[in-house]
Amino acid sequence: MNSIYSQLLHLAMPQVIVVATALLVMAVDLLFLKQSATRTRFAVAATLASLGCLAAIARIVTTCGSASIFNGMLIANPLTHLVQVALLVLTIFTLLLSVNSTFTEHVGEFVLLLLVATAGMMFLVGTQDLLVIFISLELLSLSAYILAAFNKRSLQSWEAALKYFLFGGMSAAFLLFGFSLLYGLSNSTGFAHIASVPALNPLLVIAIVTTAIGLGFKVAAAPFHFWAPDVYQGAPAPSAAFIASGSKVASFFIFFQLMALRFAGAEGSAALPHFVRGWVPVVALMAVASMLLGNLVALRQTGLRRLLAYSAIAHAGYMLLAIVGHTQQSLAALLYYVITYALGTIGAFAVISVVEDQRGSDQLSNFDGLGKQAPALSFGLAIFILSLAGIPPLAGFFAKFFLFVTLLQSSAPAGIVWLVVLAIAMSAVSLYYYLRVLKRVYVAPVPAGAAEIKSPLLSQAIVLILAGSVILFGAAPHLLLRWIEAAITASGS
Amino acid sequence: MLAWTIYISFLGAAAMFLLPKGSTAVARILALLTAAAGFAIALSAFVHHRTGEMLTVTDATWIPSLGIRYHLAADGISLSLILLTGIIAITGILFSWNIEDRTKEFFAFYLLLIGAVYGVFLSYDLFLLFVFYEIVIIPKYFLIAIWGSTRREYGAMKLAIYSFVGSAMVLVGLIAAYVVAGSHTMSLGGLAGYPFSPHFQMLAFPLVFVGFAILAGLWPFHTWAPTGHVAAPTAASMLLAGVVMKLGAYGCLRVAMTLFPLGLAPWSHHILGLGSWRDVFALLAVVGIIYGALVALVQKDFKFVIGYSSVSHMGFILLGLMTLNQIGLSGAVVQMFSHGILAGLLFAVVGRMVYARTHTRELSALGPMGLNHTIPFAAVTFVIAGMASMGLPGFSGFVAELMIVIGAWHAFPALALCVGFGILIGVVYVWRAMQKAFFSESRSAALPPGHPLPPITIPEKLGAIILIATSVLIGIYPQVLLNIIVPALNGPLFSGIRTGSWQ
Repeated sequence: MNSIYSQLLHLAMPQVIVVATALLVMAVDLLFLKQSATRTRFAVAATLASLGCLAAIARIVTTCGSASIFNGMLIANPLTHLVQVALLVLTIFTLLLSVNSTFTEHVGEFVLLLLVATAGMMFLVGTQDLLVIFISLELLSLSAYILAAFNKRSLQSWEAALKYFLFGGMSAAFLLFGFSLLYGLSNSTGFAHIASVPALNPLLVIAIVTTAIGLGFKVAAAPFHFWAPDVYQGAPAPSAAFIASGSKVASFFIFFQLMALRFAGAEGSAALPHFVRGWVPVVALMAVASMLLGNLVALRQTGLRRLLAYSAIAHAGYMLLAIVGHTQQSLAALLYYVITYALGTIGAFAVISVVEDQRGSDQLSNFDGLGKQAPALSFGLAIFILSLAGIPPLAGFFAKFFLFVTLLQSSAPAGIVWLVVLAIAMSAVSLYYYLRVLKRVYVAPVPAGAAEIKSPLLSQAIVLILAGSVILFGAAPHLLLRWIEAAITASGS
Repeated sequence: MLAWTIYISFLGAAAMFLLPKGSTAVARILALLTAAAGFAIALSAFVHHRTGEMLTVTDATWIPSLGIRYHLAADGISLSLILLTGIIAITGILFSWNIEDRTKEFFAFYLLLIGAVYGVFLSYDLFLLFVFYEIVIIPKYFLIAIWGSTRREYGAMKLAIYSFVGSAMVLVGLIAAYVVAGSHTMSLGGLAGYPFSPHFQMLAFPLVFVGFAILAGLWPFHTWAPTGHVAAPTAASMLLAGVVMKLGAYGCLRVAMTLFPLGLAPWSHHILGLGSWRDVFALLAVVGIIYGALVALVQKDFKFVIGYSSVSHMGFILLGLMTLNQIGLSGAVVQMFSHGILAGLLFAVVGRMVYARTHTRELSALGPMGLNHTIPFAAVTFVIAGMASMGLPGFSGFVAELMIVIGAWHAFPALALCVGFGILIGVVYVWRAMQKAFFSESRSAALPPGHPLPPITIPEKLGAIILIATSVLIGIYPQVLLNIIVPALNGPLFSGIRTGSWQ
């Protein structure tokens, strides 16, 4: 018994490191820095927390091989390691992004919540058990609700968090209901007991739909997206960046695993003209709804944050197509897509936070002439936006290309090609609103009487590093793809 | 070595950002040197490569898990177009010598565009080709939206969206071809060698062909072209009409027709008298020729005349492609070259020599200025360019259009007659524009005597002379191009078109 617990501790070591760091940061902040300036406190807290994340990364990188205890309650293999490292890297960027923030005096608590949410995400990807999935999702979500509400001076932030919380609570109920049905059907919470699920009885259908609703909420897929625009709009920039990046990566990964593994045998098919009942058509419909709604509504947005929110819904639609594909290749495509997407999104929020600080809001008109006033930030923003639009040679283009190829390879191309056609057509629509942003930045003149924009060095550095990585992973996709494919092969999932 | 045309242009674009603030003159000279270097490389490759068959320039692994390679290669067709790109790049810079606003950025976008165009013409791997093809869109947008004139933001956005929709169609076709072939390669030769089923080709061919043809100004998807050309600054119009539209035509020939030759085969039945996609596109091409010419005939804006004439001339290229015989196809390639040169020249006269001085493009307003007296060089250049554009013997346009009409005569006799009508209107609209703009009788004192028009500058003269000389050279001795185009068309890549089972 003792050895099992030591193994548990061994497996959960990276998460333990993150949580311990969280407590340490909180203690340091409250005990020693209470009187210091907010900026100093943020700098110290973010540095400490980043070091903790780096330690966790080091720990993950140095342990290799696969392990699984309690029937998959906690697992470790190259794939989960890869995703966890990606999550930690994204968290580090989010932490660095928060250094210049002024929205709160509760620095320790903010960083603590960020790290606890990260630990939740790490547990989430490192399990194949329904209960642990639910608990870690709640850990992630509850932290995210508070993070969204952290700007106590802003009514918008409150409203966003309340919406997020109400919708989140409801979707969690759906998810739990689905899980309970699954448990009833198979008498197990693990992923391993697939075969005992009889093919498509009504209860299983309900379980599929409710699970898809619960996770669809997490990834902001239509029609469960209502929280996204408000949270992107109202939450403080680092929180919004976190919710839009790291949380997406973890949720998509577990969405894929849950559907592909737990519901194996009940796939069905979304190939036209004959839908076959199963979870694939459910996900395909969500994908279609997200692509249509996200892209069309984004056309009319006047604020960059809301525009990004709707574009996020559209991108969730594209990414859901990888789940529709549900092959190993699609998983590689999904991970490549969501990781590069997350890098770009954090970068975009870094630019937004600077502009908001100095020009008051994220309205598109506030980006007029940014190209002249802040060349580095504008260059970064252009790269992120063009990558979202899927212009080569940026990461967003290869991500889409690879995803569509794997989707068509996953089944008979003739039936499934309609999804690819729709996705590509919608991405042509999306170019319009992305170019509108860039038009503001580069074409519009600097508004009369606008003050100089001071771009903090740290923000510039983050933006340029992220832009560099988006270009690099786009021009040489193999750099990232090689790891992902090796990890998937090694984990054999 | 040829690959350096791409790198040198991109490096030149990057170098623009390193220049200190306000170094306008340096930026110009740097851009000119970069373009000249690219041209020199292209010319030396053109001169040394006398056989025309496909030669690999660079080949390296790029994305092994998808079998995508960084593979650049050139044959006679691509070399001709690369040479064209080099010429237009140099003259475009000569004609933008007057850009004072954000000069560095202008030339950075300009060189980025040029580099991507070289890249498209050189790519042998289709993924690579597509990457370069899409890179073109962004600098194009900014060149028009920032430095353009009439309704520039509308024109730029329209152009970007049309291009992107076209490339989206191409992307669908390419992904489908890649997956269906399942051979883990994106190389043009590899995919062209795969026997796609006739049913698949029937669907994929029109998709990819139209996707590229949107950029080549195929009627009725041409509407971006006049607005885009008119809105663009002179150098960008020259590039757009001269080179970028050729990208579309090149893609039609190089990708759509080589990958899916069976898509051109007859259908099992006739619809409205049309028996195949070949008939459909040939008809659309001829409609484009006549429609473009007719609309050019009634324009009030000088630049719109040229814009619509481009649509008309691009129709010749698409018609030449659809003839599927050697004379028609090689005529189409020569026309790509010829129209590139002539459209560049015409836009240079209208945009730089006339509009930048008079600040109006209304034909009725230009007439009273007596431009043949005030800027005679512009008048002479336009007369020469107009004659070349009408297809007078001795100029490149004559050779190209003659070859295409002969090819069309073999393939579609009825359509060839309509083309003759189109050529006739071509004479009329050039004549009308020339007469109204430069040789109008009703001279009044519309121009205040205190503001004489600035004389034509040396760079402009140089650019015009380069373009005219090229056109005359090709007109007198077309073998320069044909010697390498014809062997390329006889290469293995086009065997599907030559030996189509339907013929």
